[in-house]
Amino acid sequence: MTKWLEENTPKLVLAPSFIAILVFVYGFIAWTAWVSMTRSRLLPKYEIEGFIQYDRLFASPRWDTAFGNLFIFGTLFIVIAMILGLVLAILLDQNIRTEGAIRTIYLYPMALSMIVTGTAWKWILNPGLGLQAMVRGWGFEDFTFDWLVDPDMAIYTIVLAAIWQSSGFVMALFLAGLRSVDEEIIKAAQVDGIPTWRVYTAIIIPSMAPIFLSAFIVLSHLAIKSFDLVIALTGGGPGYATDLPATYMYAMAFSRGDIGQAASSAMIMMLVVFAIVVPYLYSELRSKDG
Amino acid sequence: MADLSVSAASPTGQSQTGKIALRWSLYTLLCLFALFYLLPLFVMLTTSLKSLDEIRTGDLISLPREVTFDAWRTAWSGACTGIQCEGVRPYFWNSVLIAIPGVAISTLLGAMNGYVVAQWRFRGANIIFSLMLFGCFIPFQVVLLPMARVLGMMGIAGTIPGLIFVHVIYGLGFTTLFFRNYYVSIPADLTKAAKVDGAGFFRIFWSIFLPLSLPIIVVTVIWQFTQIWNDFLFGVSFSQAGTQPVTVALNNIVNSTTGVKEYNVDMAAAIIAALPTLFVYVVAGKYFVRGLTAGSVKG
Amino acid sequence: MKSYALSIACGVALGTSGAAFAEPQAEVLHYWTSGGEAKSVAVLQEEFAANGGTWTDMPVAGGGGDAAMTALRARVLSGNAPTAVQLKGPAIQEWYEEGVLADISAVAEANNWEAVLPASIAGHMKCEGSWCAAPVNVHRVDWIWANANVLEANGIEMPTSWEAFNAAADKLQAAGIIPLAHGGQAWQDATVFEAVALGILGAEGFHKAFVELDKDTLTSDAMVATFDQMRKMRGYVDPNFSGRDWNLATAMVMNGEAAFQIMGDWAKGEFMAAGKAPGEDFLCASTPGDGFLYNVDSFAMFEVGGADKQAGQALLAELVVGKNFQKVFNLNKGSIPARTDVPLDEFDSCAVLSAADMAASSDNGSLLPSYAHGMALRGAQAGAITDVVTAHFNSDMSSADAVQMLADAVANSM
Repeated sequence: MTKWLEENTPKLVLAPSFIAILVFVYGFIAWTAWVSMTRSRLLPKYEIEGFIQYDRLFASPRWDTAFGNLFIFGTLFIVIAMILGLVLAILLDQNIRTEGAIRTIYLYPMALSMIVTGTAWKWILNPGLGLQAMVRGWGFEDFTFDWLVDPDMAIYTIVLAAIWQSSGFVMALFLAGLRSVDEEIIKAAQVDGIPTWRVYTAIIIPSMAPIFLSAFIVLSHLAIKSFDLVIALTGGGPGYATDLPATYMYAMAFSRGDIGQAASSAMIMMLVVFAIVVPYLYSELRSKDG
Repeated sequence: MADLSVSAASPTGQSQTGKIALRWSLYTLLCLFALFYLLPLFVMLTTSLKSLDEIRTGDLISLPREVTFDAWRTAWSGACTGIQCEGVRPYFWNSVLIAIPGVAISTLLGAMNGYVVAQWRFRGANIIFSLMLFGCFIPFQVVLLPMARVLGMMGIAGTIPGLIFVHVIYGLGFTTLFFRNYYVSIPADLTKAAKVDGAGFFRIFWSIFLPLSLPIIVVTVIWQFTQIWNDFLFGVSFSQAGTQPVTVALNNIVNSTTGVKEYNVDMAAAIIAALPTLFVYVVAGKYFVRGLTAGSVKG
Repeated sequence: MKSYALSIACGVALGTSGAAFAEPQAEVLHYWTSGGEAKSVAVLQEEFAANGGTWTDMPVAGGGGDAAMTALRARVLSGNAPTAVQLKGPAIQEWYEEGVLADISAVAEANNWEAVLPASIAGHMKCEGSWCAAPVNVHRVDWIWANANVLEANGIEMPTSWEAFNAAADKLQAAGIIPLAHGGQAWQDATVFEAVALGILGAEGFHKAFVELDKDTLTSDAMVATFDQMRKMRGYVDPNFSGRDWNLATAMVMNGEAAFQIMGDWAKGEFMAAGKAPGEDFLCASTPGDGFLYNVDSFAMFEVGGADKQAGQALLAELVVGKNFQKVFNLNKGSIPARTDVPLDEFDSCAVLSAADMAASSDNGSLLPSYAHGMALRGAQAGAITDVVTAHFNSDMSSADAVQMLADAVANSM
């Protein structure tokens, strides 16, 4: 008996967490899938009625906007935050005297909640009260920065605020990675006369592939959670130009008593996340195994 | 540290002036970015120190003509979050009660899970790990309703333990990820040798892995604390009068849709609500990077 | 923490007293969180306490109640519903259909609510014949507010038709004044839209379109004309209107930057708080058109266990419709009492006008529920209409397209 216990202790230790995730993540996704096939309104109902919710979803112009925004926002946010984080990490890696202070300045936005971030940026980006007004006050009468109130450009303000909040964290990840590259290889390359930028592109960056994974996971997680930010910064507006599937889902579930719709939009959102994250995870963990 | 800048004898023949110019542009670039990151905080701080009249008539970025701390006093103990006008102070304690156990439990569980997955390879461990990782991606709105039902069935709906429970569950994905990545880089020989010496599962964890884990514990604690302290959605859905966290109070102060908007109080309240996390990042930021450096981010 | 300690104390007291006499208790979920509103609700809390009751406050601000509805749903699903919830319109009946509301007919009958409330308002408080909610106030939505000095300086009268409004607006624009102060949030767009629609469709048309959701009315020429007028209104707002809070738009009228605002009577609270006098500094009138669009706040009572909570509900309901609370609350909030027999001598001229209009429109059948504020339709339909309105306002969509989109959206939301 004790031998069996000894052999299986690792599995037993892992089991509670695994079961919890099975129930509270996958179980709930299954629940959502079930509800997305019903005619639930204010509270969930469980009689299956088919795909009506999905029909309604795809016939909704607001969903089209939200879905499109997910790709615009998600792609821009993840790519730019990664690039910015990497660039800042490389810059900070150059033996800067005030590195500690600068690093703290880049990192602190992550500490703020999305409500705070959204509120502050809403002020700054407001054409009449914020940056545009200030620069015009300095004499540049033609300066315009009214993205926030322009239906076509508003989504980019969300990208901007989200990057502001998270790029510091990505920078910290990359900085840590840069610093754990083997010194010997770098010295050897320098002795060989390879220029600095080349050392980065050919040696250092490729060796940080695992960090790209961590950064990608963190950023994707934040992109999906950016619900709070949208609500605080634009409220989904102008009109519904900055709606995202997460805010669409929330509106359907909680302001419109239309839980069936909310569930179907959530399922589509999970499918997209699944389609992007799973292949990436698979390839990364696969290669690590060997 | 990748000390690439100190290559004075660089064969590419960079001139002294060229290097100084590069150095200057480096610092300028870093400064510009610093301004970008600091701008919102600056706006929030200055606004919180101005009087309402000054906010209405003044510029966004201007320094307060007359510094007043009234807004701060109000935000802490006088702002209306409902019928009670007690500011954020009562809710602050609720957030502490939720965050500290939540962080402690999820970190401990993450450590043990990471240890298992990284060092005790058994068939299917990687698949289980991937499945757990996916839990990082679920949007919280999706789980609100079924979780409400479950919490009700468990009898902890609306309580602090209920909120701790929810935060622990949804923090498991990340904490396991951080620890697993860290422990993977510790050589397996260490474990093998200890096993040969007769040490068991828990012994090895306690005497070998835990002492080595300080950097990653710091990383995990910082991450989890930020997530739990700043959460609004779970806080508003699973609490009731008396157990609401500080984010709900902040929302009540900032997002009241009728009445006069006291921007200075809003900003002061937002900063107060953010102080613990800000404190953690500023003080522990150094250990954060150190912790990440110590192998946590590498697979 | 005070309320937590209080409820523990009450729990202990109840336990030891054997609950032979139930001490009324109520946990109240609401979204009246700003200073002025908080004071108004505090009146109710004081009365409740004076009658031996314990009020546990559960405020959740934001979005006109969205966050509060989230909390409510979670509470109901977890079997832990609050005692009383700030709910309005068809949402009350929707929750009733889920089987979670309590019956307070006993209180209603004992206090003769049927006689003192206008018929259409009483209708909203009933669930299949029995009373399930207590009305707090009546807000009028279709008001137009103006800066008296600006109007005088430009020789303009309060418009009584939309043509007159357009003419006045053109004149103001030429003089460099923003004709219409507006905040570009979806609910504000919807507020202006329904005021315009009432004027162009008339009371009957409004009822057909926004209560009955009659397809012919929704796609009629009158509806196209409504969207045409909305397009004109779009031209009368300043470029920075998007996302602006409603009270900032009111401030624009107060300081003369803008001339008019179309907003419900809570705007009056802003004017009064800034020390402006009705009739002198600011003018109030109903928007062009016949009718009265109302928005009634109310407390719905949820099914809860325990004699103390049920006693709390009964006491709360009785106090809410009581004369004193109706008077004091509405004096503070800018609305008028739901009760028709409250003397209005302490109320200002706009409130008196509102009450008179309410009585008149109740008589001639033009007392209508506001769609924009959740009184006429359920959330899904109202939201679908608002999506179209706000999309049209924020783009250069044609009125014909908008009308088609409106019909489609309504059909899709059923």
